[in-house]
Amino acid sequence: MAEVLAVIIDGVIYSSWLFITALGLTLVYGVMKILNMAHGSLYALGAYAAASLGGRWLAAGHAPWGSYAVLLLAALTVGLVAGPAIERGILRLMYGREEIVLVLATYALFLILEDVIKLIWGVDPYFFSEPYGLLGSVELGGLSYPLYNVALLFVSVVTGGLLAWSLGRTRRGKMLLAIIHDREMSAALGMNVRRVYLITFTLGATLAAIGGALTSPTVAVAPGIGVEVVVLAFAVVVIGGLGSFAGAALGALIVGMVRSCAVHYLPQVELFSIYVAMALVLIARPKGLFSGLEPRRI
Amino acid sequence: MRGRDRRPIILVLSFVVLLVGGRLLPDWGLFLATVALAKGLVVLGLLLLMRAGLVSFGQGLYYGLGAYAVGILGQQNRGADGLLMLLLAVLVASGVAAVLGLLLAGYRGIFFAMLSLAFSMVLYGALVKSSALGSTDGFNIVLRSVAGLSPERYGRYLFFVLSLTVGLGATLGVHRFIHSGIGRLAAAVRDNELRVEYLGASVRAVVYLNILIAAALAGLGGGLTSLVVGHVDPDMVYWTSSGEFVFVAILSGTGSVMAPFLGSLVFEVLRSFAYQYSPNTWQLVVGVAMLVVIALLPAGLWSIFAVRRRVG
Repeated sequence: MAEVLAVIIDGVIYSSWLFITALGLTLVYGVMKILNMAHGSLYALGAYAAASLGGRWLAAGHAPWGSYAVLLLAALTVGLVAGPAIERGILRLMYGREEIVLVLATYALFLILEDVIKLIWGVDPYFFSEPYGLLGSVELGGLSYPLYNVALLFVSVVTGGLLAWSLGRTRRGKMLLAIIHDREMSAALGMNVRRVYLITFTLGATLAAIGGALTSPTVAVAPGIGVEVVVLAFAVVVIGGLGSFAGAALGALIVGMVRSCAVHYLPQVELFSIYVAMALVLIARPKGLFSGLEPRRI
Repeated sequence: MRGRDRRPIILVLSFVVLLVGGRLLPDWGLFLATVALAKGLVVLGLLLLMRAGLVSFGQGLYYGLGAYAVGILGQQNRGADGLLMLLLAVLVASGVAAVLGLLLAGYRGIFFAMLSLAFSMVLYGALVKSSALGSTDGFNIVLRSVAGLSPERYGRYLFFVLSLTVGLGATLGVHRFIHSGIGRLAAAVRDNELRVEYLGASVRAVVYLNILIAAALAGLGGGLTSLVVGHVDPDMVYWTSSGEFVFVAILSGTGSVMAPFLGSLVFEVLRSFAYQYSPNTWQLVVGVAMLVVIALLPAGLWSIFAVRRRVG
């Protein structure tokens, strides 16, 4: 029984991490129809910025509690700088091309950012674990869990809820839905599609950076941390149905639980199991679990 | 097609030119050209898929299967003949594709790309954890001979000739296929599937066949690469490897069956020079070059996709 509880708790923690990480990817795809392969690099940028800024904050002897604010600040900075730079500087030039061309542009971006990160931060790992232990921990079923994980769950639920609410309930959100549905018609009705794209991509980049910043206290921030994240995020959003928030939540839960079960009961199939789950869902539901109808081309 | 089809003649001529030219290349150049030829085979397969409007982000699966088939055969028998190894690589890759293709043939667009990605990552996940196959390190290839000739004696040139011959055979075959009845249907499938069905042809069969041939070519390319490099590891199956093939395919364009080899050569040269002169920023150089190509050379490279957009 205790083992089952541990599996579930680990699964939920991993799912909330996955959800935060994948949210930006599904948002950008839903609105702009761009499968952003550089998503993992933005995540890595967020992690690096948080780890190095947070490290400096603590080294300067400031209050440790402030490191949470530093984490968030680092992520926001990355998102607000990199997001507009990428959208304005590169992606804007390629709108109207085939989806695959945009995917490749972001693939090129992924390669570029991998090296940019190495140029800025070098190849040595960064450790910034203070915020992880700062909140204390709780004991559940004989195992102790840092409360930081609860905070992670909280952040993911709040972020997801906030996004869903602003999409469905606010004026801007409804305009966004209109643009998702028919870009040209929305533009003809006077909506500023270009600005919406800029905001969407910046938001997506910021979400990726937040995912990275929140992860930085729990891992060694080293080169290559973004490479695996992006395929995991792909798995999550593809399982859920690209462009759907509810789908991303369910996808994160499925992947999180599958991995948690694998880690506890059959560690050698950990990675394997996630992608088997992805393949199985795609086989059963070719367009993911939450997918709308698409008009048929004649 | 007006007049007689001259492409086979051009292919054979360039084969002869390259055969002689290879003799003049320095060792590193020969190696680069050989690897480019081997990887060009994978890209040639992608070209077939792209003609049907499909992009696979999982060709690493067949590439890796071919490479590991070669490696395992070599280890089992303490070395085997290269030709036999390549045959096995093709059989394994197309065998797996024959099964997976049944599923994949029903998928299009981003979902085709993602399901192929999922399959390739399943193999990656399995390889990384299998200590018998060297986990993340992979293992070295034991090669006894190539068509009865000793690799020690003839050196790199032997692999070059092997790749060139295999490349010529594959290109001629693909050229014939593209101009056959069912081969021509691929472009029609990309344009409008429903009308292909009205014509009485099976869209599914066309897509399935293209998946199968692409997989066989990827397996062949993977087997050849592993022979040339002398080593296999799970990175060959990882998504970045598949992404690289797609990129080279786009770089090459789909205008000609020879384009994949040219694109592959340009890419290998670009990468090794970038790696030589700025080892820490070679990805940066390659990435920037990619962006420049995508941004500045749209017409020649994307004409295949332009058609689709108009119809949609």
